[in-house]
Amino acid sequence: MVILVQNFLKVMLTEFGKAFIFILLGAIFVVAIVYVSKLIRPARPTKEKLTTYECGENPEGSPWIKFNIRFYVVALIFLIFDVEVVLLIPWALGYKAFGMTGFLVGLIFLVLLGLGMAYEWRKGDLEWEKPKVLPPSIKKNNLKPETEKELVEV
Amino acid sequence: MGFLDKEFNDGNIVITTAEDIMNWARLSSLWQVSFGLACCAIEMMATSASHYDFDRFGVIPRPSPRQADIIIISGTVTLKMATRIKRLYEQMPEPKYIISMGSCANCGGPYWEHGYHVLKGIDRVIPVDVYVPGCPPRPEALLEGLLKLQEKIRNESMIKKSA
Repeated sequence: MVILVQNFLKVMLTEFGKAFIFILLGAIFVVAIVYVSKLIRPARPTKEKLTTYECGENPEGSPWIKFNIRFYVVALIFLIFDVEVVLLIPWALGYKAFGMTGFLVGLIFLVLLGLGMAYEWRKGDLEWEKPKVLPPSIKKNNLKPETEKELVEV
Repeated sequence: MGFLDKEFNDGNIVITTAEDIMNWARLSSLWQVSFGLACCAIEMMATSASHYDFDRFGVIPRPSPRQADIIIISGTVTLKMATRIKRLYEQMPEPKYIISMGSCANCGGPYWEHGYHVLKGIDRVIPVDVYVPGCPPRPEALLEGLLKLQEKIRNESMIKKSA
């Protein structure tokens, strides 16, 4: 029996096939466990038990409130500088060992982040009250002579 | 209806073995609602900390009653809090156990006579399994209470009691 299985594994299955069998077994295991625990566990739902948990208080209002999208920008900016600090601390501790190259690499990283900072500053993302929206625009003065020329040519 | 919800008329080898395993599993992982009320809660925290190490009995504080098995009423229960405790208890899944810790939770303690705002014992609101005396009880006393509760769980049975 063991030899049969070994031959089957050797002849019939590629390495990907073995991985597939493991994934399949894993998926079946999860479904089986959930089903078995459903069979075994005590289930006594009541109205009180199914209410929203708010530390024992009466649940109030709807959880589906609208959330200001500007918080997302703030969170994103925070995340960038958070990662910056995480990356710069080991760099600051060890850049002397790499000499000029290490210093330049750090400098490039800082310049890139500085550019990003300048961009979001210019776009007004650092202001809570966004002053005004700056849509991309084409200046008409540059456009006019060309259109006139085209008109003349036609 | 789950297997553990059933009551059996007679105990055969399968049921009693399953019962033993279930009871052992239950008493070895009593997750508690992280819920403290007054000075007893400080002792409860000390019990959870490394010196007394509640964790070695499988007691882990959980942030939601839906994941918890026991609730330790640690401290003075005011009338206002009693309704909240009742709801927390209702929201715990079965099986659920209660340890009443300290004199205030047991019977009102020092507020027995003149405490107009204090519930005179948590057992007026929810059923208590183990009372731990003391004001506040030492961590050893709480551990003793937990061991008593484990003993109680070990002797639980799915077989219908005969009259």
